[in-house]
Amino acid sequence: MTSTPVPEFRSRVIALELDGDGAHPASWRKAHHDPQALLGGQRIRETVQAADIAGFHAATFKDSRVVDPGSTGIAGRIDAIQRAAFAAPITRSIGLVPEAGTLFTEPFHVATQLASLDYSSLGRAGWLVTADNLAKEARSVGRTQLPEGEAVSEAADVVQASRRLWDSWEDDAVIRDVATGRYLDRDKLHYADFDGERFSVKGPSIIPRPLQGQLVVFAPAELIPAVEADVALVSADTTDDLPQAAQAAASAGAPRTLVELDVILDSRGQTAEDRLAELDSYEEWTGGARYVGNAEGLVELLTTLFAAADGVRLKPAVLDVDLPELANKVLPELHRSGLVVPPLPGATLRETFGLPRPANRFAAA
Amino acid sequence: MTNHHRIAGNGQIQFGVFFQGVNHTTVWKDAQSGSQTDFESFRRVAQTAERGLFSAFFLGEGLRLREHLGKIHDLDVVGRPDAQTALAALAAITTNIGLVATQNTTYNDPADLAHRLASLDLLSGGRAAWNIVTTDNAWTGANFRRGGFLKHEDRYVRAEAFVQTAKAIWDSWADGAIAGSRNDPRWLREDAITTVKRQDESFDVEITGRLPRSSQQHPVLFQAGDSPDGRDFAVRNADVIFSAHPELEDAKKFRDDIVARTLKAGRPADDVKIFPGQEFILGATAAEAEEKHQWVRSLQVGPETAIAYLEQFWGRTLTEYDPDGPLPDIDPLVDVTNPTRGNAFHGKSAKDLVAQWRADAKENGQSIRQFVAARSRLNGRGLVGSYDDIADKLAEYAHTGAVDGFNITPWIVPGGLDDIVNELVPRLQDRGVYRTEYEGTNLRENLGLRAPLTRRGSLSSTQLTESEEVA
Repeated sequence: MTSTPVPEFRSRVIALELDGDGAHPASWRKAHHDPQALLGGQRIRETVQAADIAGFHAATFKDSRVVDPGSTGIAGRIDAIQRAAFAAPITRSIGLVPEAGTLFTEPFHVATQLASLDYSSLGRAGWLVTADNLAKEARSVGRTQLPEGEAVSEAADVVQASRRLWDSWEDDAVIRDVATGRYLDRDKLHYADFDGERFSVKGPSIIPRPLQGQLVVFAPAELIPAVEADVALVSADTTDDLPQAAQAAASAGAPRTLVELDVILDSRGQTAEDRLAELDSYEEWTGGARYVGNAEGLVELLTTLFAAADGVRLKPAVLDVDLPELANKVLPELHRSGLVVPPLPGATLRETFGLPRPANRFAAA
Repeated sequence: MTNHHRIAGNGQIQFGVFFQGVNHTTVWKDAQSGSQTDFESFRRVAQTAERGLFSAFFLGEGLRLREHLGKIHDLDVVGRPDAQTALAALAAITTNIGLVATQNTTYNDPADLAHRLASLDLLSGGRAAWNIVTTDNAWTGANFRRGGFLKHEDRYVRAEAFVQTAKAIWDSWADGAIAGSRNDPRWLREDAITTVKRQDESFDVEITGRLPRSSQQHPVLFQAGDSPDGRDFAVRNADVIFSAHPELEDAKKFRDDIVARTLKAGRPADDVKIFPGQEFILGATAAEAEEKHQWVRSLQVGPETAIAYLEQFWGRTLTEYDPDGPLPDIDPLVDVTNPTRGNAFHGKSAKDLVAQWRADAKENGQSIRQFVAARSRLNGRGLVGSYDDIADKLAEYAHTGAVDGFNITPWIVPGGLDDIVNELVPRLQDRGVYRTEYEGTNLRENLGLRAPLTRRGSLSSTQLTESEEVA
């Protein structure tokens, strides 16, 4: 059906994790606001608009369904889909990609919330699939952890059910035919009829097909190929290991790959090493592959990584410090190099990723 | 007791707006009718309402598309966003208006729903509200993990346990749980969260709340149940009743009943606010409004809608009957009515019902369309009249204290509030019965509500005893 052609040149993608005050557990100590001012709309407005203006292709929003009692860091998060929705009408080109869990949530709710986000963002929504098999989360909804090894298949089922719900309305199902009095063409609505191992969903969805047809689905590389995703998030212990990991994910069938990179930069006359040492003195940062250094070095590293991956997801240590450095020194340089082109206002996230708008699985050929 | 409505009234009228998104009352056949799904429609209605100093913007919820005679119902507007996702987006582009999400207690988990409501409350700076509803049918359950699990008579049992659990989750973070300074040892003070444990016939859960309270402490609770059980549920749990009693005399009676129940529940007489749903059809003159009224009704109940309405009760197709002729003279196919799935009607003996209808329609000289148009207006005729006449009428409501406000259901989207905000609101302000600015920054303040029930010094002890199983 409606399939947009894929352009020959594809910009490399720079995504950004917008979580709390940054990825470092001590980020809140260096934030430019009181700790109690974090959990509200104002903070999301400031950070997502800065990222939008800087030309990031996508922002991801971390979610958590339990509180980590062990950390000294930020222990509260506003629902990720709602943060993304709040960001939607106040941004123009950045993709909005919330995490949403699959194991202990209702697939019907998750699918319709994400479809709604696609409407609020005019087609800039994505979904970062998570499948944390946590006993505490299970207990909070009166269930128990899934047996070992079943989390991945359950996540795959939830993604499949969501995709069927998104397609349960054909694009032109709303006809508003005054002559016959019909608002809908009911032949263009379909029961999702998903029957999984642990749940089933009848459908159709309560909201028409998302503007993008299907949202861009992101998933950690270890869920692929079981989970039908568009973008694999590839992590490794060191930056040296990232290219190989990205290639492995691509071979496993991921249409696009983003490598995960923790970032802390020189800023305001302080070296990245000194900043990290100070932050780590409160609580150590246990992330994944990490870049610690100046902006020029990061541009160089990213250029190398782009040979193996379609893009990167940056996790800045402290948003109020590292985001301005990225916006002022790193992104402009990448734009100048021609490897990275900022997203166009009005473009859908699928277009930003060079992914075609998929045909509807239920539509008659 | 008869004067209780005067105790509760404060001489003011407030407005809310209910963007329905599903139902025959939203006209789609006119060229002015816009998208029911595009965000722009929601933005326009919410921002217009805020310009008119409305207290609240409501979204409904339906978890399965309506069906008619076994097929998707295709005559009415349908297809709407998840309420809280749409409201979270609206929170970014509004500043004072309350954001009310209809969400049911049957196909949600308290841990998840309470968290999402707390999220909306923080994002909006204390403007979130929850319109509590129940669903019990297995037909809706087919979209959810647990399927149809709840008996009709148990839906309020689960709802009440759900609401108590949600309140406990909202109360679970101590005041001052978050670090006061960047040098504190931890972002979240140790032992600042009380785990919510609940084990009863409805739930067996252990929940750690994940967010602090907003400036209004808890999301405001709306409730729409009208049965005696529903009313008692409301006065035990809710802040505002979204009622089905807009006509003045009926509204006064309803207020008296609610005040009596409120006092019996140990709450102050004016503790529960009342906002009936209402439709406004206005014009510069009474004649213009009446003409518009006839036109709107003809678009709301078209010939196909009139026939489909009867088909629900006859249990068979009736397309061979003339919508402008008398009611069908044949008997219904099914003995118990089988209304459109997803519509809130109850089964009665179809034969008796239909016989009664035939007699009524004959007596009133009504055609099928006229009969259905009258019958499907469950809340009366709506407020139809000139801007000045309706302003006078609303001033009367304000002075009697029969209601606290109206929840307006616009008959067209997205322009359905324009004449209300441009023409009616200034006239109400001239009469001194409508705010000229928002009183507060959060919804609780703007509705004139006290602190949540579980957070009042004098009342908290009662409340704790009632829900002591919620640790």
